[in-house]
Amino acid sequence: MQVIFEKSVKERATAQYPKLDVEAMDLASLTGGVLRENDAEIPELSELDVVRHFKALAKRNVGVDDTFYPLGSCTMKYNPKVNEKAAAMEGFTSLHPYVEFYRAQGTMKLLSHLEELLCGITGMAAFTLHPMAGAHGEWVGMSIIRKYHEVNGGKRNRVLVPDSSHGTNPASAAMAGFIVESVATDSNGEVEIDDLKSKLGDDLAGIMLTNPNTLGVFETKILEIAKMVHGSGGLLYYDGANLNAIMGKCRPGDMGFDVVHLNLHKTFATPHGGGGPGAGPVGVCSKLEQFLPTPRIVKNSEDDSEMPLIWSDDFPQSIGRVSGFYGNVGIAIRAYTYIRILGEAGLRQASEDAVLAANYLRVKIGKLFPVAFDRMCMHEFVVTPGELLKNGIHTLDIAKAMIDRGVHPMTIYFPLIVSEAMMIEPTETESVEELDRFIEIMEDILDVAKNDPELIKTSPHKTVVKRLDEAKAARSAIVTAGFN
Amino acid sequence: MSYSPHVDADKRKMLDEVGVTNINDVFADIPESIYNPNLNLPPALSEQEALEMLKDFEELNLHPARSGNYFLGGGAYNHHIPSAVAAITSAPEFYTAYTPYQPEMSQGMLQAIFEYQSVIARITGLDASNASMYDGGTACYEACAMAVKQTKKTRILFDSSLNPHYRELLKSYGENVELDMVEIPYSKVASDSIDSISEKMDNSFAAIVVQNPDFFGRIVDYSKLAEVAHKNKALLIMVVNPVSLGILKTPAEMGADIAVGEGQPLGLSLNYGGPYLGFIASTKKLLRKMPGRIVGETVDSDGKRGYVLTLQAREQHIRREKATSNICSNQALCALSALVHTSLIGKKGFRQVSELCIQKANYAKNTLGAIDGAEIVFDGPHFNEFVLRISRPVEDLFAAMGRSCEPGIRLNRWYPELEDCILVAVTELNTKNDIDAYARRLRDWLCK
Repeated sequence: MQVIFEKSVKERATAQYPKLDVEAMDLASLTGGVLRENDAEIPELSELDVVRHFKALAKRNVGVDDTFYPLGSCTMKYNPKVNEKAAAMEGFTSLHPYVEFYRAQGTMKLLSHLEELLCGITGMAAFTLHPMAGAHGEWVGMSIIRKYHEVNGGKRNRVLVPDSSHGTNPASAAMAGFIVESVATDSNGEVEIDDLKSKLGDDLAGIMLTNPNTLGVFETKILEIAKMVHGSGGLLYYDGANLNAIMGKCRPGDMGFDVVHLNLHKTFATPHGGGGPGAGPVGVCSKLEQFLPTPRIVKNSEDDSEMPLIWSDDFPQSIGRVSGFYGNVGIAIRAYTYIRILGEAGLRQASEDAVLAANYLRVKIGKLFPVAFDRMCMHEFVVTPGELLKNGIHTLDIAKAMIDRGVHPMTIYFPLIVSEAMMIEPTETESVEELDRFIEIMEDILDVAKNDPELIKTSPHKTVVKRLDEAKAARSAIVTAGFN
Repeated sequence: MSYSPHVDADKRKMLDEVGVTNINDVFADIPESIYNPNLNLPPALSEQEALEMLKDFEELNLHPARSGNYFLGGGAYNHHIPSAVAAITSAPEFYTAYTPYQPEMSQGMLQAIFEYQSVIARITGLDASNASMYDGGTACYEACAMAVKQTKKTRILFDSSLNPHYRELLKSYGENVELDMVEIPYSKVASDSIDSISEKMDNSFAAIVVQNPDFFGRIVDYSKLAEVAHKNKALLIMVVNPVSLGILKTPAEMGADIAVGEGQPLGLSLNYGGPYLGFIASTKKLLRKMPGRIVGETVDSDGKRGYVLTLQAREQHIRREKATSNICSNQALCALSALVHTSLIGKKGFRQVSELCIQKANYAKNTLGAIDGAEIVFDGPHFNEFVLRISRPVEDLFAAMGRSCEPGIRLNRWYPELEDCILVAVTELNTKNDIDAYARRLRDWLCK
């Protein structure tokens, strides 16, 4: 397919702006002569050309609305349409971030209430909605931990992450100025307690955990781990990527976590947008509240019925500003709508159904492919190609064969500690019929892989492009379209 | 209400298959003492009730009656967005997709991001771009982090005409990894900043950061500063408003190594500050230091052109703590909006909107500046905003202009010496009538 620049036709009309309604002045003198030499080479197309181009691109893309999308650790649940309607209300979208506070009371009240609801769901004392993605939340959370130790006089610069952790964990800790050390996983798929014990110490700032972890396994010794880490003066960071397993079932705060980030675009059904925007709110226990980023929404100390809420920078211990304005407000509005519609029972039901569906698939798929750490799982589980490896069939081949069969592949080659990992997360919004269809697809792939391995190894066959040469892409590094 | 499809029979079927009798058995790994907590949430709402509730929130927000009565800028601008932008970007194939990890079934988003990267490169004149950053401020920090990695030095130099929020962000981010953020006062004559920054510059700095137009709307040709930066083995990072690049000399033409900015003016609603879009562009030399997702062109096994996420060896899922950045999810859908928006307005529209902004803003500047009791603070060329000093307290101005108008942004919180000033922004949405009405009301109040 042509890139949009190749479709451009010189002088073809596009969207028109109104005529200048003031007397035109000389551009060279208005700009002091600081003018660009040539116009930017933006395509020249009719509105219909543009609409058709992107319609064609949409057809070459697949979302949750199209098909089953069991991408592990990404929680690709259905994104309710009412959330989109809510965020698109003009009273929300047309608000400039620098309006006087009295004009923004509706949005501020909603944000403030969302902070409260997230506290209830996680068992934390206070939240910030500023972080704009999960990784951004991780960095904010780790910055808070850093500040806490600084204020308390501890020279603690070491952070532990399990070897099963998301890659963002060590990357975020490093960006927050920490040295990162890995903790091993035991034969049950949980943190290896002895290894953890040997890595405690008075230079330990804390540990970053995902619970359930990336194997879909609940860390059963979490209360003991919390005690150990706290006992050595460290703090516990909760990576909320997998919160969809435990809403209303247990809370990070009750497990002993001090800092939590959530992914509104996973657990709270806001769309992922093909790579964002998401949102990564961060919650903290009460002793860390003073370090949250600024500005924060607070009650107006002056009695003003028109302006009960204001943004305040008056938090001297804060880690400071972390986003241009107030975070991805439009995403917060969607998540708020979702939480209000589900309510407490609905959220608990969502987690119960997500975990039940995952276990159903684990048992059924487990008959076809070996499950790594086969035990009761939470919202996701990991399998491997097993015997198929002998036929030269790898995880990547199975993923590509799934594409031909019309479902989006699971997360592959992650977590790193399971060789040839395939991480499957069905979510609560897929029906049993859909889960059964997926099982049939996996049966079919296994069958074909045994009888005609080449067919699997060369898949996909039915897509607009076949397997792409990633090495060539990295080598040639063509990242922009050339000029026609 | 729930979006879960499972009826009792479905649940029974799944429980049977798992070999347990009760849902609690599935959660047996959770310690009893913390199981099934109370969340203290309000009762569930139907969709109808939820929409009514949202309407109540919406109505608590008070807007000027017409968007032409908004004179607010400071990094986020009110622009016309063609209707086709929302129509196109609301395709669920785009917005309900994840990051394009499986290229064969994600060619649509991958190609769109590739085109977006191309547009950013063409606007800034630079060689390369990525799939987007969170916003202009965080993009500005990531550019500094690139410079630190490239030069192996840890000091960054800028003056206070750089967006105050960006400066705050640089400090929050830089503090963690012990970067030395050196800020000097802004120059009253914008072009003097070249000298004041040059004087402070030495070879201990990784980069100079300048904003053009600066936070006060002032235009400067920073070409000489690029030379100064390069002479000291440092990079020049430019923060730019993409709309200004319809007419202004590009970062590449000035010799900048990296350009960053807030992409919101390219077709994104104001949304009370987000979701927005940070863009970043660099010279080819710096490509492998770039943070985040990058889409690259390649071929499939039949030799057909296609797109993939590339240069992933920089990224967190492979390099973990040694990655160029921790960013993974970015603002892809906002990048798509920016691409669609620029494609719709086209080459001509891109220049036209830039010209409308500078012409009208300068008309407003001349009109408001001529009022007794009001004056324009800074001389020299301005793009789409300017600082206006008034002889009565700024506090009272907002009451005097009333609910129908937002006259500008107060500057006292960042610039105490400008406490009697406001920053006024003008775009194509402010008509001559809007500007004249503003001037009339201001004149009446100042002359009272």
